[in-house]
Amino acid sequence: MKKRLVLILCFSFTAFLLNACGSSSENKEEVIVYNWGEYIDPDTLAMFEKETGIHVIYDEYETNEIMYPRLEAGASAYDVVCPSDYMIQKMIEKDMLSEINFEHIPNAKANIGEQYFIQSREFDPENKYSVPYCWGTVGILYNKTMVSGPIDSWSVLWDPQYTDNILMQDSVRDAFMVALKRKGYSMNTLDSKELEETKNDLIEQKPLAQAYVIDQVRDKMIGNEAAIGVIYSGEAIYTQRENENLEYVIPKEGTNVWIDSWVIPKNAPNKENAEKFIDFMCRPDIALLNFEYITYSTPNEEARKLIEDKEIQNSPIAFPTLSDYDHLETYQYLGEEGEAMYNELWKEVKSN
Amino acid sequence: MIKTLKHLYTALIFIFLYAPIATLLVLSFNASKTRAKWGGFTFKWYRELFGNQVILQALYNTLLIAFLSAAIATLMGTVASFSIHSMKRKSRSLLIGITNIPMLNAEIVTGISLMLLFLTLRAKFGFYTVLLSHITFNIPYVILSVMPKLKQLNPHVYQAALDLGASPFYAFYKVILPDILPGVLSGFLMAFTMSLDDFIITHFTKGPGLDTLSTKIYTEVRKGIRPEMYSLSTLIFISVLLLLFLGNKSSYLSKEKFHEK
Repeated sequence: MKKRLVLILCFSFTAFLLNACGSSSENKEEVIVYNWGEYIDPDTLAMFEKETGIHVIYDEYETNEIMYPRLEAGASAYDVVCPSDYMIQKMIEKDMLSEINFEHIPNAKANIGEQYFIQSREFDPENKYSVPYCWGTVGILYNKTMVSGPIDSWSVLWDPQYTDNILMQDSVRDAFMVALKRKGYSMNTLDSKELEETKNDLIEQKPLAQAYVIDQVRDKMIGNEAAIGVIYSGEAIYTQRENENLEYVIPKEGTNVWIDSWVIPKNAPNKENAEKFIDFMCRPDIALLNFEYITYSTPNEEARKLIEDKEIQNSPIAFPTLSDYDHLETYQYLGEEGEAMYNELWKEVKSN
Repeated sequence: MIKTLKHLYTALIFIFLYAPIATLLVLSFNASKTRAKWGGFTFKWYRELFGNQVILQALYNTLLIAFLSAAIATLMGTVASFSIHSMKRKSRSLLIGITNIPMLNAEIVTGISLMLLFLTLRAKFGFYTVLLSHITFNIPYVILSVMPKLKQLNPHVYQAALDLGASPFYAFYKVILPDILPGVLSGFLMAFTMSLDDFIITHFTKGPGLDTLSTKIYTEVRKGIRPEMYSLSTLIFISVLLLLFLGNKSSYLSKEKFHEK
């Protein structure tokens, strides 16, 4: 009796296995997508499959730095990837991306705002390799009931009256961006004198800061545990919904405008399907679904017009007009030496 | 005085051990999505968990890979233990040393070297590469728990069985296996849990579209972990607790029966 049970179990598991490999070996149209975690409304994938008959194989990563080695090693070939600005520049320089044929993606030029293509030129100078998908700014989130005086400059992060009430972002580029912008320097600088100076500023600021954190900024600010925090605009809208005393501001010295864009790797096995996928994602109704799911700003102007909540549609946090601000920049790839220099200085800041 | 101190100390240790799990348990019933605010009691996340195909698929992959890799590794590991056991002293200790290295090796080294191996073999990354990798790192754990049982074994019993006319297979099945079974089972369980919570090696050897729970949860770091994951972890914790409880109870009962006789 026992033996028979074991046999049945074995059979059912082999059946499962065969089933699993059978479905993947079938020769049908497919597109392999590699995207950030939680960065798409799953319903849109099902809609794409239904409308085009192309099967979507969907994979996720958590940071640009984790995505890059997998792509470079060629462990798996992907058709569509969604890296951030500086990473796209690095991939262009390493000749890892293939040019996108915009004639196959009519929705891109028709629906995506011109200003986002212009901003993209900082990392993709001729707009040949990338189609913007999500974007945002970095700014200061503050609690109205816990601050005195105007909050409009990065310098408030160095104000001793907020000792132990300041939250900084725990990443090299974001921390140095804040310090460099405060002094009016470029956040992509490779000038060692400017970097040395801002490193000392960051060390000087450390006793004032409550903590260097990543995603806890959100929860700590909602829980009234800090007065001021550096945060991404996409998170700001969510935190405001949870705690009405929170306010988001883009400092007057300028800030980082980040863009995550669709690109097609050179070794993509299904390039045509990749273009169909990107075109589908640029459709206003689809972009709207994704905006509502992710809550990060969409560069899709037509989708923005479809947003029912007027407050969000006209929100200066979600959709700031880029030309209204001075000194906006986008991260650029610093080269291996540049990256090493930043990391070295960052180590000094953290260990001090 | 000393007694209360003792109790206090025990209590402190239990708080350290179980406070994180208790937090998770409480948060899985929190109606608000943020952990900073209590939004009221709800079963919402449990309902959404069972409607979420992606998470359930990841759970299925995790369990399937853990079960298969543990079963295959147990088979291979047990056979390997037998041959190692019957070797001469010198080569035996050498081989035991070699099988121990993968356990002491940093996981990331194992992960990257497996990825490179699969790359050179031009394997298609997916379910089978992950399964093979899990079998690889599971085998040493099985050997580790089967070897001591083999050492305790009385070799004469097996020979006696052969003398009495049993075929080698029958003698193995009836005489040796029951004796080493606890070791084999604990090896299986160890392999199962090792495979269950592995992240690094899976990350390097998985292909597009295949996710286990650990890789799935990790991708959610940027946007904040979904509360459905809290409820899933709570469910897993409770089932492990129940299993442990049942296991203890049955062994306790069988001991009592033994004493009655």
